[in-house]
Amino acid sequence: MALLGRAILILGLITAVYGVGASLYGARTRDDDWVDSGRRAVYALFSLALIAFVILEVAFIRNDFAYNVVSEHSSTTTPLFYKLAAPWSSQEGSLLLWVFLLSGWSSLALFLTRKRMRAIAPYATAVLLGFGAFFTMLMVFYANPFATTANPPAQGAGLDPLLLHSSMMIHPPMLYSGYTLMAIPFSFAIGALITRSVGSEWLRISRRFALAAWLFLGVGILLGARWSYTELGWGGYWAWDAVENAALMPWLACTAFIHSIMIQEKRGMLKVWNVSLVLLCGLLSVFGTFLVRSGVLDSIHAFGASTLGVPFVILLGVMLAGGIYLVSTRRDALRSESQIDSLISREAIFLFQNLVLVAMVFVIFWVTVFPLVSQALTGTKVSVGPPAFKPFIVPLALILVLLSGIGPIIAWRRVTVANLRRNFTFPIGVALAVLVWLLVGTNADTKPLALLMFMLGAFVLASVAQEMYRGTSARRAFAKEIWPVAFVSLVRRNRRRYGGYTAHAGLAVLLIGVAASSSFQHQREVTMKPGQSARVDGYTIKYVRPTAVATAAKVSFGAVLAVYHNGSHVTTLRTTRGFYPAGFNGSAGPISEAFVGNADSNVGLQAGLTRDIWTIVDPNLTPLQPAITRGDSVFEGLMRKLTPAQARNPQVQQSLGVLQARAIVGLTDQYIRHPWSVEFLLIVSPLVTWLWIGALITAFGGLIALWPIPALARRRSLAPYAARLARELASR
Amino acid sequence: MTVALTAALLLASALIWTSFSAGRDELTVSQLLKRAQPGQGYILAGTVTSHYQDGTALYFKVRDPKLNEYATVRYTGIVPDPFANGRGVLVNVTAPSGAPSGAAYASGTTFAGQNDSLTTKCPSKYQVAPPKASKSATAYN
Amino acid sequence: MTEFLIVLLVLAALAVFVTGPLRRQRNSGVADPEGALTAERDVQDLEAARDAKYREIRDAELDHGTGKLSDADWRDLDRTLRAEAIEVLKALDRATAELRRRREEVQALTELSEFAAEPAEPAEPAAARANAEQLPSQPR
Repeated sequence: MALLGRAILILGLITAVYGVGASLYGARTRDDDWVDSGRRAVYALFSLALIAFVILEVAFIRNDFAYNVVSEHSSTTTPLFYKLAAPWSSQEGSLLLWVFLLSGWSSLALFLTRKRMRAIAPYATAVLLGFGAFFTMLMVFYANPFATTANPPAQGAGLDPLLLHSSMMIHPPMLYSGYTLMAIPFSFAIGALITRSVGSEWLRISRRFALAAWLFLGVGILLGARWSYTELGWGGYWAWDAVENAALMPWLACTAFIHSIMIQEKRGMLKVWNVSLVLLCGLLSVFGTFLVRSGVLDSIHAFGASTLGVPFVILLGVMLAGGIYLVSTRRDALRSESQIDSLISREAIFLFQNLVLVAMVFVIFWVTVFPLVSQALTGTKVSVGPPAFKPFIVPLALILVLLSGIGPIIAWRRVTVANLRRNFTFPIGVALAVLVWLLVGTNADTKPLALLMFMLGAFVLASVAQEMYRGTSARRAFAKEIWPVAFVSLVRRNRRRYGGYTAHAGLAVLLIGVAASSSFQHQREVTMKPGQSARVDGYTIKYVRPTAVATAAKVSFGAVLAVYHNGSHVTTLRTTRGFYPAGFNGSAGPISEAFVGNADSNVGLQAGLTRDIWTIVDPNLTPLQPAITRGDSVFEGLMRKLTPAQARNPQVQQSLGVLQARAIVGLTDQYIRHPWSVEFLLIVSPLVTWLWIGALITAFGGLIALWPIPALARRRSLAPYAARLARELASR
Repeated sequence: MTVALTAALLLASALIWTSFSAGRDELTVSQLLKRAQPGQGYILAGTVTSHYQDGTALYFKVRDPKLNEYATVRYTGIVPDPFANGRGVLVNVTAPSGAPSGAAYASGTTFAGQNDSLTTKCPSKYQVAPPKASKSATAYN
Repeated sequence: MTEFLIVLLVLAALAVFVTGPLRRQRNSGVADPEGALTAERDVQDLEAARDAKYREIRDAELDHGTGKLSDADWRDLDRTLRAEAIEVLKALDRATAELRRRREEVQALTELSEFAAEPAEPAEPAAARANAEQLPSQPR
């Protein structure tokens, strides 16, 4: 089956290359048949990728360790759910996932648009198949998912325990869906530029796919942050790690695009800007994939195989050069149809927002690649840490929030003092009220930037609430519905607007959570013995007793902690650190080997609406080391005394196994009965939960905006306007 | 348009200046030993060969990827889960005083690690694990 | 061996599927003439522009209803938008007519080439039919 898989990939490569040729030929000769054939090549590529994926999944399910990827990333003890997700924890499998998702989303996109944009579609098909061919080529020549070994091991290495978390398994498909969905508007933009058709139809379709990409990518980023917070032992959700930045940049650029597109729709302006933005989104998506796949930058995702670096750089170069060439030679088709009337108008706000977002992308890009740039220039990798570039990001984020509050309540084209007064009084009032409350009731004034974010967040929420209230009243005045019904029909008829407002509200909530949890966090590293306690931000956290459990899969040492506030018991937390047996390190002794493999932490977390209490323990195994070493030498001595025949005897092996297990249980007993002091990291973080809530609200807003209106309903809602205009037309 | 361009230029210059002034050099062990100035901060990149805990401090030895040179780091703070012998790490260190400027540090010198600055790379490729029980039994014949 | 057969099977299925459009019995030789595709693109663009204009008019109404536009401003804006919409509708009418014309052109060319491609029949009936049917002014 492995050969079949490899053959399928080669067929995929051939199909993709054929499709590129067919689409381009059909485009040049305006022959629909060739264009259709090219589109079918995309569907075919998807089918082939699906078959290859199934073959790989079956290998994982069947524990076929002849496949290198299976033996390196799975084991017989891995649960089924994680076995199914394990393929994409490997370099090769993740490339296959990329091709699968790219061809899948492309098939959907091309199918939905098969009767529209027939001038552009062939070029878009060619570009999408070009991407498909590239990634398939990587698998065929550099990183074969179906590589096998002649001597399959009896057991696999298993999945890294850090990945045994459900959100970690959904995170890559979501992220890759975001990246591959970005390729679609990119391709259509290339096609639009080549054929000089940068018009309303192109805008309409690009907007929808960009929004879908934005949604998936955002959810992927959110899942990664959530995993980091609940799984990793550092207590944070965002580390400005290179791969985190790699996903954030295209998301920011896409956010800019879905806003600036509205200006082109309404005023025919910013055409060069828009098309450049969408090309940038595609470029950053491929760049993001490159950063994660090539290991060229230091990050916790360091997938080796730097041989992938060179092809990616070539692809990025081609995309960049092609984009620049097309935009500069098609400048005449991208001329603006009007000007900005006033600097105080919705267009201007959108423009500022775009500039802020692009500035953020630039800052993040710069600090992410600076180590490479400096290495190229001076020979030394210089790294710019978060403390250095936060002074850039934080003000930009504050401005962004402010703009997201102003945008919905300001008018298009031109604004007067009167309507400024009408629209801004309530939100500004709320913001000031919140400011006063915070200054008086809390210690927020100690952190002015966070205070500013709280105020601006309140401003945004108030402006969104005002809009929703006024919109519903307007609808009620017209349709005589009760409040809830009026609200729902308002949103249904104006999905873009109210979906967008919801997303703004979600963003405000999210950033309030970020500001609170980063500025007002209380963190303590403390060493405690059972019975001792520590104070963190008004909470008393007591180390009640140690825990230790040994199983065949892992040995965990942990602690039970009781949390008190003002004397009353708040919660009991359990945190453990698990030690997995060494898979690959063959030199450890029979007892040591239980402890020298991977380790993971189980966070003791209580999430609440006002604050999170986050605890983790680092059980110091040094006091056990003498016993472990003694156990090693005892066992090694024992095994040296066996004859080869005895060593092979399964009963002897079983007895040895039992003895080993008993020894380890003895060690865990030691930990419980004669505990020593261990190190704890205790964090009390306010409003973290609102971060997740805000993110969900933002995603929900995106979903509302994206949700397709059935064509009939759209025609019905626009019909009154059509009728009125028809009458006007007739009367002229 | 001109406003935007000026703002962009200002941002770019501020960013470049910050990078060069606040950036930390990321060095391998051999580079660190050769170039470190007493009291200066650097980022050490290398592979962990051994480690032990002494009270609240973690001591670990880092090896140069190519040369046979070592540095010891005395580190306090959060230790990431993937930290183990054989893993790649990055840690902010300060060069100890004592070596006259211009002279290199000796192999094995201890550097002070900055609190909570340790990051560990996920292992890029697992090697195949031999089965547990029989390995223990057959390894010592 | 089975793997090899499966690969062949997949390859065959692939080839049949992907080349399907190319093997269609159609007006081979008469590709879409230059203008039809452009005309179609223009129509689709204008339809999208028209819908966008309607949406703008409705948005302006909602902006007025939520207090972002004063009565006077809204009346101005509404009038401007309607005028723009009328322009779009007129352009759309012209483009639709143009598209219809080009499509009829294509249709005529297609029928002609199909007619010319019909297998040759005995000369007399053909000549007689040509005589009887259409082109009396056609030189013999």
